[in-house]
Amino acid sequence: MGGRNSDKALGAAIASGLILASMSDTAMPTPTPPAAHKPSLPDLFVAFAAISVCGFGGVLAWSRRMLVEERKWMTAEEFNDAYALCQFLPGPNVVNLSVVFGRRIRGLPGAGVALVGLIGPPFVIVTLIGLLYARFGEIAALQRMLLGVAAAAVGLVLGTCAKMALPLLKDRFAIAPLIALATFVAVGVLRWPIYAALAVLIPLSIALAWARR
Amino acid sequence: MGAAMKEGCGTLLSLAAHFALMSLVAIGGANSAVPEMHRLVVEVERWMTDQQFTDMFAIAQATPGPNVIIVTLIGYHVAGLAGALVTTAAMCGPTCLLAFFVGDAWERFKDAPWRAAIQRGLVPISIGLIAASAFVVASVAAHNFVAISLVLTAALVSYATRLNPLWIFVAAALVGLAGLH
Repeated sequence: MGGRNSDKALGAAIASGLILASMSDTAMPTPTPPAAHKPSLPDLFVAFAAISVCGFGGVLAWSRRMLVEERKWMTAEEFNDAYALCQFLPGPNVVNLSVVFGRRIRGLPGAGVALVGLIGPPFVIVTLIGLLYARFGEIAALQRMLLGVAAAAVGLVLGTCAKMALPLLKDRFAIAPLIALATFVAVGVLRWPIYAALAVLIPLSIALAWARR
Repeated sequence: MGAAMKEGCGTLLSLAAHFALMSLVAIGGANSAVPEMHRLVVEVERWMTDQQFTDMFAIAQATPGPNVIIVTLIGYHVAGLAGALVTTAAMCGPTCLLAFFVGDAWERFKDAPWRAAIQRGLVPISIGLIAASAFVVASVAAHNFVAISLVLTAALVSYATRLNPLWIFVAAALVGLAGLH
């Protein structure tokens, strides 16, 4: 991890950077050599499909492993930058990452192929599961298993959330945790429509971040 | 027949509009939009029960692939294969276009103070939203002592270790099978 200032400059990358750092200590020869050759479209498709079908509980860890460690298409730095960008953009992060990365390598076809590689296989899998669920979802044993998995999934999301929140709590400035808390209460507890809550909270949060830059 | 088709098209259009809009406020990832998905499909449109929504969240998390795949399940449940295609395209389309056209331009302002302020401002928002999505699902899933223990154990294991989440899901399914009602 860099010093305090570089962490700050990374902004949204704080959280992702920490999560990445916590996953990256294994098998990372530093510095990673730059891309040796430009991946072809089939290469891109296979890599993103592999990321997708390996990624249980989220694909971030696998995308890093594949792009940086196995294929060496990006350096760790490049990956962190690209991911920070994609986390800043709304919507699914790694889906955005596939588009940004695919475009850099092979333009529009690259973006399309990486995207379809990432989304295609789970789309097929989950549609089949949806079909089975529609038929067998009421079976009691399956219901109990799904309840267990749901509880674990909630736990996993909380674990990720805690990793993201930790740097905020270390900050002496208490505003960021208060903004996070207000967002949680408005959207999670009071169940306000997300649009109304964010129309107030996003400008407020950015203004406060700007004021203490 | 004609009326049913019209209604089907109406449902698809409604899905497309809602999920496209939702994708733009999914700050920090697809999971950030889970509370709004729940509000839309369970509370407002009543397309499914709380229990079914929780099941879909569980399936989406435990299925390999990006977490956004929950919208595919929701779309399939509401309107079959067409629904699955519509919700997936609507949730990924707008932000993919944004990533495609704005991505590198945004990279050029890497050191601009306003960009840093925007990014710093969005971090607590996304943390709050992700915590909210855990809370929304937990209000159904964490319904007794065993389930609450499962939530806490999974949180601790994922926070403190690098165990593949697959094993956490397998263990949780077995615990559920044995003792959750």
